Amino acid sequence: MVYSYYPGCTLKNKAQDLDRYARMSAEALGFTLEEIEEWQCCGAVYPQASDEIATKLSAVRALNDAKEKGQDLVTLCSGCHHVIKRVNDDMRNVEDIRTRANNYLALAEPYEGETEVLHFLEVLRDRVGFEALREKVVNPLTGRKIGAYYGCMLLRPSGVMAFDDPENPRIMEDFIRALGAEAVVYPYRNECCGGYISLKEKALAGSLVDQVMESARDKGAEELITACPLCLYNLKNSGAAKKLPVRYLTEILAEALGLSTK
Amino acid sequence: MLRTEREQAELIKEISGVNTKKCMKCGKCSASCPAYEEMDIRPHQFVSYVQNGDVSALLKSKSIWKCLSCFACVERCPRDVKPAKLIEAVRLMVIRQRGGNYLSPDEVPELLDEELPQQLLASAFRKYSK
Repeated sequence: MVYSYYPGCTLKNKAQDLDRYARMSAEALGFTLEEIEEWQCCGAVYPQASDEIATKLSAVRALNDAKEKGQDLVTLCSGCHHVIKRVNDDMRNVEDIRTRANNYLALAEPYEGETEVLHFLEVLRDRVGFEALREKVVNPLTGRKIGAYYGCMLLRPSGVMAFDDPENPRIMEDFIRALGAEAVVYPYRNECCGGYISLKEKALAGSLVDQVMESARDKGAEELITACPLCLYNLKNSGAAKKLPVRYLTEILAEALGLSTK
Repeated sequence: MLRTEREQAELIKEISGVNTKKCMKCGKCSASCPAYEEMDIRPHQFVSYVQNGDVSALLKSKSIWKCLSCFACVERCPRDVKPAKLIEAVRLMVIRQRGGNYLSPDEVPELLDEELPQQLLASAFRKYSK
């Protein structure tokens, strides 16, 4: 199975591990991530105002590229996934945005939200299947106590993201269990890490990260995983609480599949 | 700024798509907000300020720089009012004016460190500057 793949700007720079382990793991699991050509930065945050059109166009271009190839579009970074999924929803359901975006892009055929957007974890859950994944594990992470950090952007708003139960998600815990580790559920796993606020409001970001770290540690987690480069950065660099190690989910996946994570 | 406050309130409602009359003032948005303590005007108050046309106070509020766009208020509102969209509309009204930016490229070198992801800069510029 070949999927169109949108890596996004950070996976080409500071989050190369997130990208590299995803591609390696995909091949081991029997699917291919085919990077779309000449993709542009998604903008990292979804433009919420109805009169913001230009800031949504890079997502539409990626979506249309996948449509022309007849492929589903896979994302990894929570920011990219959030933006592209929500812009796709606009192109399907908001006539004014659809019309104005298409007027600007003047594509051979108008884009109307045809592409299916899948997060990498959704591919594992819904296409590969966690049971099939479990069978491919050669290096089970037995004895590891891993907390999932969801953050905001994969889950909310749930009406559009449709990723999992927004208040009591389980996809990452099921993923952790499929790799043979113990999934540690803790209350702050879907609370905000501070996001972009950490650039200028360091005290606020620090207090949010400390709550997450203390909550995870309190429930017995010994390490955390995330899909988001900004969450990873904030969890590692904001706040004063004692830190748990934080890794990308694709890193522990590659490790469990016996792929080199050197 | 040629618009009256009432006209500004209408523009905020239009570009946010929020119907402020749906709010039943339960306060769940503010109770869910991770930045609540830092806000001078709280998420539930944004709804009534816009409803009452008191836009000048919102334009001066530091809350527009504290909102995390985490969508907890959007997710948990029992009336689907979406306070985050109002806050974004007010923030846009500020940064679309000359001199309204909250982040300048000149500030960036001092804020950088080895691990800082591109995603953070892209997000911050989208939220804080035009």
